[in-house]
Amino acid sequence: MWDYSEKVREHFFNPRNSGPLENANGIGDFGSIKCGDALRLMLKVNPETEVIDDARFQTFGCGSAIASSSALTEIIKGKTLDEALQVSNQDIADYLDGLPPEKMHCSVMGREALQAAVANYRGEVWKDDHEDGDLVCKCFAIDAVMIEDTIRANSLRTLEEVANYTKAGGGCSACHEKIEDILIAVNGRLYANEPKPAKARTAAAEAPGKPKLTNYQRIRKIEETLEAIRPMLQRDHGDVTLVEVDGKKIYVDLTGACRGCAMEAATLGGVQQKLIEALGELVQVLPVAALARA
Amino acid sequence: MQPIYMDNNATTACDPAVVAAMLPFFTEQFGNASSIHSFGSQVGKAIKEARIKVQSLLGAAHDSEIVFTSCGTESDSTAILSALKANPERRTVITTVVEHPAILTLCTYLEKENYIVHRLRVDRKGRIDLDEYKSLLNDRVAIVSAMWANNETGTLFPVEEMAEMAHEKGVLFHTDAVQAVGKVGIDLKNTKIDMLSLSGHKLHAPKGIGVLYVRRNTRFRPLLRGGHQERGRRAGTENSASIVGLGVACELAQHYMATENTHVKRLRDRLERGILARVRNAFISGDTLYRLPNTASIAFEYVEGEGILLLLNQQGIAASSGSACTSGSLEPSHVMRAMGIPYTAAHGTIRFSLSRYNTEAEVDRVIASVPPIIAQLRKLSPYWSGEGPVANPEQAFQPEYA
Repeated sequence: MWDYSEKVREHFFNPRNSGPLENANGIGDFGSIKCGDALRLMLKVNPETEVIDDARFQTFGCGSAIASSSALTEIIKGKTLDEALQVSNQDIADYLDGLPPEKMHCSVMGREALQAAVANYRGEVWKDDHEDGDLVCKCFAIDAVMIEDTIRANSLRTLEEVANYTKAGGGCSACHEKIEDILIAVNGRLYANEPKPAKARTAAAEAPGKPKLTNYQRIRKIEETLEAIRPMLQRDHGDVTLVEVDGKKIYVDLTGACRGCAMEAATLGGVQQKLIEALGELVQVLPVAALARA
Repeated sequence: MQPIYMDNNATTACDPAVVAAMLPFFTEQFGNASSIHSFGSQVGKAIKEARIKVQSLLGAAHDSEIVFTSCGTESDSTAILSALKANPERRTVITTVVEHPAILTLCTYLEKENYIVHRLRVDRKGRIDLDEYKSLLNDRVAIVSAMWANNETGTLFPVEEMAEMAHEKGVLFHTDAVQAVGKVGIDLKNTKIDMLSLSGHKLHAPKGIGVLYVRRNTRFRPLLRGGHQERGRRAGTENSASIVGLGVACELAQHYMATENTHVKRLRDRLERGILARVRNAFISGDTLYRLPNTASIAFEYVEGEGILLLLNQQGIAASSGSACTSGSLEPSHVMRAMGIPYTAAHGTIRFSLSRYNTEAEVDRVIASVPPIIAQLRKLSPYWSGEGPVANPEQAFQPEYA
């Protein structure tokens, strides 16, 4: 069965704040169709201060769904609504000392129910914009929606490119068939080892008449691009920051879980590809350690 | 507290007699059965004896019809791929929606290779429609593969009749009988079944040993090519210790066949009656009139299976669930879905699968343990209020789903 943390087991066996809440003034019902799990989150909000005085839940779901619900109520009690809305699904998972990758959607369900309950309190209509895909890569917890979106956004053609952009498939190889299926679904066929036409490398890089960026604009552009990549890394408890730009060499600092990760080189490769596309020129992305050596 | 094992459809404990028979084959009887010297010939003789014991349990006409493999999955793959290779002009496979992944995943893959797969649907009790089956049989079908007994509900398919029907149309018939062997009387020589899969660890033999029965004169192509082992039908050095163990397990299974259908069946029925009398909104899934004697598949409405299993496990009781959340994948049980069981019940389906080692005292302990567990989880459920489901549960709680 699942390798649940002690904290998950403890919250499952002794759930906090379960059962109906009398006089709740914010109620959110939300489910994850992937697992068939569903949760009702009930809040008692102080109308003066918007502080959550009490929170209770009822959950139809597996051990980690019940534990995530219990953790969520513990986290948000005493917070204002705005503070509570800052709680991410990762916070819920962290509170429980982590969840198995297949079960991360349980924490997402908690986060979405919270948004629904707050919207209900505020008399707003809340629309879920979250899409839960099938988990494809178990090594790095990447789902089908994420892979498909990344393939579309970057016109990816090969397994290797998918691994560079999303990390999916960069581990045990078990999901290669599934990733190929997604590539076929998006591209209509499978390209065998022919990377996509490198328009960034040739056409765009040498496009005549393209105004040259000033140094300031160029660094701004690099920062914006990194900013767009960061949420993906943060999902895995990693991060990236810009350290130095020296001509074609861009030095970055991979921090958190990215540091020393087996996929560090692939991550840098993915960052480099994005920067090449954004800047329209060939650049080299190097770890900050290389700066020391330089 | 002694643990109670009621998950025998997942795997069984090796019988001590099986282990005892195997041990010499790790030490003094280590020879390769193919060798000419005495180290090898002793092993060859033991394998021959084991083959005859398997033949006897299956009621096969010839011992040469028994091919040792590594597991049920290998037997299934060998059977289907052999039929397709040996009959290249036939590109259709007929199977059922409730097969084990060993068959279904292979079939999905075959579709990608442009084969046509028909999956027979089942009704609410898990039964197939023989008229629909008949209408699909024709000379473009390479093979039919239908399980003898379903692993989740124990429901039996009329495979002997299905094999007759296939034969009338000149179509090969394979059955995955891993759950049925040892619990259902099987006499292959008097059937039209061409191939049958057996798995050792479902009948108190070790894991890692299986059998594919291949009727004499069946067109066959091996999956593994190499040496001459198993007459070239399955190359690779024989797993002699496990083969010997399987032989003993088959002998024991034959001996205990009646026990399975009297003692074990009585325990299973006691368990079901005891639980249903104490827990409301619960029901048996599958075909209660035509199923394995050891399997109880009980759906508890408005709770989810994993929670039940975790709480049972806390009390030392091992069972399993057709729920989405306990298997490696998150998909709800394809068997429950195929039977049209609503989500709110399919998720709370627990399978207790007994063996000849279970006792009445164990059954009574499980009967006592289950009701409070279900009550505890229902108290957490948004579909439940006090002593019963909320009024119109499906309407009262309608979460938005992502």
